[in-house]
Amino acid sequence: MTDQIPGRRESTAVPTTGPAGVPAIACTALVYSFGSTRAVDGIDLEVEAGSIYGLLGPNGAGKTTAIRAITTLLPVPPGMVGVFGNDVAKRRMEVRRLLGYVPQQLSADSGLTGRENVAMFARLFDVPRRQRGERVTAALDAVGLREAADRLAKTYSGGMVRRLELAQALVSSPRLLILDEPTIGLDPIARDSVWERIEEVRGATGMTVFVTTHYMDEADQYCDRISLMHRGTIRATGSPQELKASLPKGSGTLEDVFRHYTGDTLEEPTSGEFRNVRATRSTAARLR
Amino acid sequence: MSVPRAAQPPAFAEDGVAAPGRGLVDQPPTAPRTGWRVLPSRVVALCVVELQKIRHDRTEIYTRAVQPVLWLAIFGETFNRIRAIPTGSVPYLDYLAPGIIAQSAMFIAIFYGIMIIWERDAGVLTKLLVTPTPRTALIAGKAFASGTKALLQAIVVLVFAAVLGVGMTADPLRLLGVAALVVFGSAFFSCLSMSIAGIVLTRDRLMGIGQAITMPLFFSSNALYPTSVMPGWLQPISKFNPLSYEVDGLRGLLIGTSSRLALDFGVLVVAAVASICVAAALLPRLAK
Repeated sequence: MTDQIPGRRESTAVPTTGPAGVPAIACTALVYSFGSTRAVDGIDLEVEAGSIYGLLGPNGAGKTTAIRAITTLLPVPPGMVGVFGNDVAKRRMEVRRLLGYVPQQLSADSGLTGRENVAMFARLFDVPRRQRGERVTAALDAVGLREAADRLAKTYSGGMVRRLELAQALVSSPRLLILDEPTIGLDPIARDSVWERIEEVRGATGMTVFVTTHYMDEADQYCDRISLMHRGTIRATGSPQELKASLPKGSGTLEDVFRHYTGDTLEEPTSGEFRNVRATRSTAARLR
Repeated sequence: MSVPRAAQPPAFAEDGVAAPGRGLVDQPPTAPRTGWRVLPSRVVALCVVELQKIRHDRTEIYTRAVQPVLWLAIFGETFNRIRAIPTGSVPYLDYLAPGIIAQSAMFIAIFYGIMIIWERDAGVLTKLLVTPTPRTALIAGKAFASGTKALLQAIVVLVFAAVLGVGMTADPLRLLGVAALVVFGSAFFSCLSMSIAGIVLTRDRLMGIGQAITMPLFFSSNALYPTSVMPGWLQPISKFNPLSYEVDGLRGLLIGTSSRLALDFGVLVVAAVASICVAAALLPRLAK
């Protein structure tokens, strides 16, 4: 890999843990390869319970692979990833019950109403029947979709679909909400509204939010802590303020921080499988 | 650093804030289903989704009814008149009706894998896999959801056959048996389709293979003619074709011809269970 790793030491300098001393996510030397390509090359992460944590990097940095390891979708050896102290390799089902996950692509079912989309996830998470209606309504309320709940999702705007997906993830009251590029392809107003909902829910429930994005301004505005990821490794970790203060001139934008630690710009995609690129583009197209 | 031992995640909203989450129920479901009880609950969840989708858009049920209607109204009526196929005392149209019910259900199921490829590309599959649903339960759910759809299709064909004057049973127990045969048959063929999807991974290839195998499955079964009039080389092949057992059972229950019901049910249940296991084993290829 590259030799520019000035930020790596920082990434483990300030370990943070939640009130109970158990981090929401703990990755220890997480490595994952697809064939000969090492998508994630030894990352250490500790996400404090109750925080909004951003994983930033360009397309192909390994963010989605890291998320897939955390969400039990990839087989990782024991000891590498823990979610609230549960090893994802050993306690897969327990981990899944703690997670709410919104993938990068638009994944709501357009042939169902908003309410039906959410109710499906309530059933899949074993929400008892007598609580189901109430919880589904609460989740739809929390994302501001009460009025539109009984319309088919195909009539929703891009921002509404994203909020619907958020409601699907929230209906099981997860402890950890994982969002992979939640605002990709959305216009600025829809982006803000998605983030406002995320913040509200976090404020009300104290759940941990782990989010990947390549929008630096969003990370700066909404994340408590950020890790900068580039070519499979984490180059720097800290609060947006700390990262900006760590620049040689003492200030700047997160964009400058990223350039400083990676010697690269965010716009330059380093890789990305054809299928992923196609999926991202079609998501963006559907959101327009 | 090792992953910390399992610990209780911190409780939510300790100060009891209710405001911005707007009543979002912030306790995870209390009694998660475990062990064997997961399976029926996931099957029900996915069947409900299938029914909801059909309720919103019934076009597919009607357009898919065109082919079986043609088979019965044209092929059936013609061969009924010329008495070319030896069906004993049973009129050919009556003999054909159960075969066409099975065939139309199979045609739906055999392309069910396209759905799972679409779900993979749309991110739905990853989202489903992050719910506390074991792979076999997910596949079984999809298999029976396909069975639900096929059952509705079968009802349409059944009604049309009755309109054409096919003399069929009205015994509710026998009709229940018919429903079970259609559901298990479709579960098998949809899992065959999902297994192929897991191998070829693209919609185009699956379409090609689906087209290539439907007619051979149809013609090598007893749907159109008794196996006794088949060429000698085809007769043993038809014994390995689950469609033959489905048709035999349907014919016995609906028309009252002599059939080996226990064997028919046995073969279909075993085939369905085995194909669920195979498709579940291939699912990780789709989830990559």
